Amino acid sequence: MALYDTILPRLYEILKPFAQEGQTLSDETELVADLDLDSMKVMEILLEVEERFDISIPLNVIPDVRTIRDFARQIEQLTEQK
Amino acid sequence: MTDLLEKFRPLAEAREALTQSSQDPFRVIIERILSPTEAIVNGHPMILAGTNNYLGLTFDPQCIQAAVQAVQEQGTGTTGSRMANGSFSGHLALEHELAEFFGRRWCNVFSTGYQANLGVIAALTGQGDVILIDADCHASIYDGCRMSGAEVIRFRHNDVADLCKRLARLGKRCANTLIIVEGLYSMFGDRAALREIAITKREYGAYLLVDEAHSLGVLGERGRGLAEEAGVEDSVDFVVGTFSKSLGAIGGYCVSDHPEVDLARYVSRPYIFTASPCPSIVASTRAALQKLRTEPALRVRLWDNARRLYDELKGLGFRLGPEPSPIIAARLGQKDETIAFWNGLLDQGVYVNMILPPAAPDGSSLLRCSVSAAHTPDQINRICRAFASVKAALSSDLTDCHGAIRS
Repeated sequence: MALYDTILPRLYEILKPFAQEGQTLSDETELVADLDLDSMKVMEILLEVEERFDISIPLNVIPDVRTIRDFARQIEQLTEQK
Repeated sequence: MTDLLEKFRPLAEAREALTQSSQDPFRVIIERILSPTEAIVNGHPMILAGTNNYLGLTFDPQCIQAAVQAVQEQGTGTTGSRMANGSFSGHLALEHELAEFFGRRWCNVFSTGYQANLGVIAALTGQGDVILIDADCHASIYDGCRMSGAEVIRFRHNDVADLCKRLARLGKRCANTLIIVEGLYSMFGDRAALREIAITKREYGAYLLVDEAHSLGVLGERGRGLAEEAGVEDSVDFVVGTFSKSLGAIGGYCVSDHPEVDLARYVSRPYIFTASPCPSIVASTRAALQKLRTEPALRVRLWDNARRLYDELKGLGFRLGPEPSPIIAARLGQKDETIAFWNGLLDQGVYVNMILPPAAPDGSSLLRCSVSAAHTPDQINRICRAFASVKAALSSDLTDCHGAIRS
């Protein structure tokens, strides 16, 4: 199984509490537009992801992350750099 | 496509909502300033308890005299950058005096504290470097990081284990890493765990910058800040600070033993592309630094006042920061309650800072007081009485409201 495919379900699990009622998450879900995340929630999620994947996510990558797919790709890249 | 100015609409709505239930906190007019701790605000006498004027030097006769003399002798401004227009002798004297005060070899002075962080961080770090910042760092530090182009990683507020974990992940890149923390954090007034951070920094071979904006003149036997108090000045590579709090003016500085700080002048855009500090500011800052050095009684008074206010507010049941400090923030519940409380204090003649989400680190609503050495015991009493009376009034309002719902 490719690394990306192992990351995705773990990421869904972290993001699930932030989904609206009845909302189904996919890799095309947009973090700000669809999940309505404000900057505080984004920071909370980043810390959680960093813990679970044992990586540090530079703040610089945040502007490039729009969808869950973008987020998973960034995690993949940072995990491979370890 | 949306209009360029459309982005302001949510802001306009938020301000409209706020001003319907409150005086606009961003339009508090200080009509007459009477002393470091008193003013006429919106027509009413007010005790100022949110000014960061820690040593109360804004009305010190010697500081005023120095500023007046400088204006008369050197004019009102420098009208340009030191790079283009040259340095006034006062700039060099102030840098020399600050370096000597901190026991460091080098000092750069900036026109504001904000620019000091921007200028120093962006000059020291660039692409390929890493900055590790405490999550609760000031906006000027975040902005400096962004300007630098370095990789920016946050660690949990004052969590040394989290910092260690992130340094370990960096491996060989630690030699290219700058750790940034603050002496006293501006919202809750808590100290950085600097002794442990200094050990960690040495262990991993990173560099350490401490922003002593709120701790200059407040902490340490000589008032040099948290690095002095914690006994770790040797491990702190760069100290940044401001003239706008304990020194009662405006401006910023960086001191260090690294000669690169002097070279940084040539690459620091916030240093180069702005007018240098004006003569009156330089003169009053030098006089205030002299006061800070020669009058330790100011620090004693400041801490007496800080401990009293902290203990009294704690006794009244307010949820405060983890330790007494001249920054005392009461954590209130909801935003509406905080707005009502702030207005209540204003009506009682006490001005404090209202901090609403997302400005506070954990998204809470705060009433932030800052204590001054210039506050009299009577003023501290009046601040406490105002907090007690507004608290009582608002609790009875809440009871009335609940009663109304029940009936």
